[in-house]
Amino acid sequence: MAILEVKHVDFRYGSGPWILKDISFSVEEGERVAILGPSGYGKSTLAKVIAGYLKPAGGEILWEGKPLPATGFCPIQLIYQHPEKALNPRWKMKDSLEEAGVPSEEVLTEMGIQEKWYQRWPNELSGGELQRFCVARVLKPETRLLICDEMTTMLDAINQAHIWNFVLAYAKKHNMTLLAITHNRYLANQVATRILRIPELNHVEVDQSSL
Amino acid sequence: MADMRLRTMEKAGGPFLNHRRKVLLIIIGGIVILAGLCLWGLLMDPSRYAPNYGARLLAPSFAHPFGTDNLGRDMFYRTICGLSTSIQIGLLSALVSSIIALILGSLSAVFGGKLDTVIGFLVDLCMGVPHLILLILISIAVGGGAAGVIIGVAVTHWPSLTRVIRAEVMQVRSAQYVQVARKLGMSNWHIAAKHIVPHVFPQYLVGLILLFPHAILHEAAITFLGYGLPLDTPAVGIILAEAMRHLAGGMWWLAFFPGIALLCMTQLFDVVGDYLKILIDPHSARQ
Amino acid sequence: MENEVLLEVQHLSVGFESYNARVEKVFFNAITDLNLTVRKGEIVAIVGSSGSGKSLLAHAVMNILPDNARTGGKMYYKGELLTPEVMNRLRGRQIAFIPQSVAFLDPLMQVGDQVVGTLGEKARALQQKAFEHFGLKQSVAQLYPFQLSGGMARRVLLSTSYVAETEMIIADEPTPGLDLKIAIEALKDFRVQADQGKGVILITHDIDLALHVADKIAIFYDGRVVETADTQTFRGDGQGLKHPYSRALFNALPQNGFNLQRCPKCGATCATWNVDEEGMRCGCGDS
Repeated sequence: MAILEVKHVDFRYGSGPWILKDISFSVEEGERVAILGPSGYGKSTLAKVIAGYLKPAGGEILWEGKPLPATGFCPIQLIYQHPEKALNPRWKMKDSLEEAGVPSEEVLTEMGIQEKWYQRWPNELSGGELQRFCVARVLKPETRLLICDEMTTMLDAINQAHIWNFVLAYAKKHNMTLLAITHNRYLANQVATRILRIPELNHVEVDQSSL
Repeated sequence: MADMRLRTMEKAGGPFLNHRRKVLLIIIGGIVILAGLCLWGLLMDPSRYAPNYGARLLAPSFAHPFGTDNLGRDMFYRTICGLSTSIQIGLLSALVSSIIALILGSLSAVFGGKLDTVIGFLVDLCMGVPHLILLILISIAVGGGAAGVIIGVAVTHWPSLTRVIRAEVMQVRSAQYVQVARKLGMSNWHIAAKHIVPHVFPQYLVGLILLFPHAILHEAAITFLGYGLPLDTPAVGIILAEAMRHLAGGMWWLAFFPGIALLCMTQLFDVVGDYLKILIDPHSARQ
Repeated sequence: MENEVLLEVQHLSVGFESYNARVEKVFFNAITDLNLTVRKGEIVAIVGSSGSGKSLLAHAVMNILPDNARTGGKMYYKGELLTPEVMNRLRGRQIAFIPQSVAFLDPLMQVGDQVVGTLGEKARALQQKAFEHFGLKQSVAQLYPFQLSGGMARRVLLSTSYVAETEMIIADEPTPGLDLKIAIEALKDFRVQADQGKGVILITHDIDLALHVADKIAIFYDGRVVETADTQTFRGDGQGLKHPYSRALFNALPQNGFNLQRCPKCGATCATWNVDEEGMRCGCGDS
């Protein structure tokens, strides 16, 4: 049975132009799916709709056949492109990392998170280091589907490979499902078992002049 | 990588009194002066400005730096006492006003929809009516006197701060790290206490301090017009109103010194508020 | 025989004075010791991760750094020492800067006039030609920056370099978030301009794009260019590259299989690598 079903999802902000139109696909448990395509096709919006950050204007998202729970630790977690926005600038790294409990020893070691970073502020660490904290805090047994929205686009190739290698190993070991959203086809080929192209998925008129 | 970044971040040296330390000193200095003024007036022996018919309408001298009035009261001590009264009333009414703003602004941002529209309408309404008229109406309606002034000033000064707080709460609520916290299963209580309040509080504090000069000037204004404090209280508004009667007789000091003192004090509040704003503004770290 | 050197940057350092969380002034080095040479007819890409400070190189050359920046080192343009005065004369005439975002445009001025800039009416025809060249309708010239879509803004920014008859173009991340194929298409114009004898600096975080567009690639890391290599060197297993960091970076690309070096001592992959002129060492050896 598909663990995630996206059925005829539409989305727009208020009464603005449609951003997502009639998007349907499903993901099996343990699959690693990449959604590939250039910017301007609503990839990030789709990620937010699936993760429950935004309510679809039409259609539905089913998680194990039911709507996503509104409260409590969400089984679908989303990693953003910009880690510095996903961390409270007024909090020390340790507080952000442990907001929802201390991550497992395995995650902390393999992500290369060092204890001397704990007492630092977010603006004192590099993007690659910040993103490790963001990934580590959601790699918990309760997380069943991880959506990586351009997770490593802002990072250098070494940090990108490091984070992805571990996320892939973790997903295999714990049977966690992955949804990678990216514009980089090499990356999609490397991480995914199945690739969906957003221009074929999203039935919305994209203004070519805005690309 | 991080180590390198920190290794290259070093104390820059330069004079001990750098820009930031100066700003901090000005703020502390301002607060000390204002608090001292307030305490001085509170603890002053009323006999200092008691009538003394042997020394009526004296021009400023060393014995009476601000001169004396037609009842022979020392204007210097009366002015200090008046300023102290103004600070106390300002403190109380600015505090009440800011709490109203905090509650309405947060409600407006959190619940949105109809409530937001209603609160937005109230803000516009309150800002649309000339301040002084609204103040006079309210203070008469609640029976005048000190209570009238405090209530009048308190319930007319919340609108602009409400807008600021509403915007700040809305901004932090939609921040990615708050949305992430929600998805990590954090309760609304946790989010409000750990994310939203620490973000909004500094803005609130600056707003509160910048309310003071308004509150004080409006208190003085309605007292001057005779709708405020009872005539026997040493308040700057009353001092100025009485001085009006003697100005034509050449008794300039009766209005001059209390007026200047009031102006200086409100300016001092403005300075403290503005510098505090600079201090908490992240962009100012560059200066 | 290599072409004439257009721009030469020697030991450039850029740092910022700022304040830490308290009231102490600190100094933060963003660029420590950067060397770069750009010759006529070549596209040099500076590749480094986002937020690592590589944009500051462009800002330093153009003399548009913020006030709290402190710079060191020397820059030469066609053999002439680039002082702030020289730069202010050359900016927009000999050296064109294509900024990262539409935020660098004046929000209250029509974009057509901004593209023409200070070059006067003789540039008007060139602006029209530039818009035609980049597929923009002539009516776009009458729009204000907020009315542009992301793609239009990018092409307006590209037009600025086309209009001025510059000899050098510095482009800071001109194709953010674009699909590789579209980005290469958008930068085809740089090739044309380079072939006409101009020099181009392309600042980007996207090494794939640099591999497709540039002649030389400068690997930027921790405030330094660790290596400048011909684009052809980046192939196979990267053995042609001199610096171990550039090799590691190249091998870590997804198309090269995410390969990472492991420290023989502690087994870490990259968390603690320190990079300097000679090589990269794992941080575990430090303590």
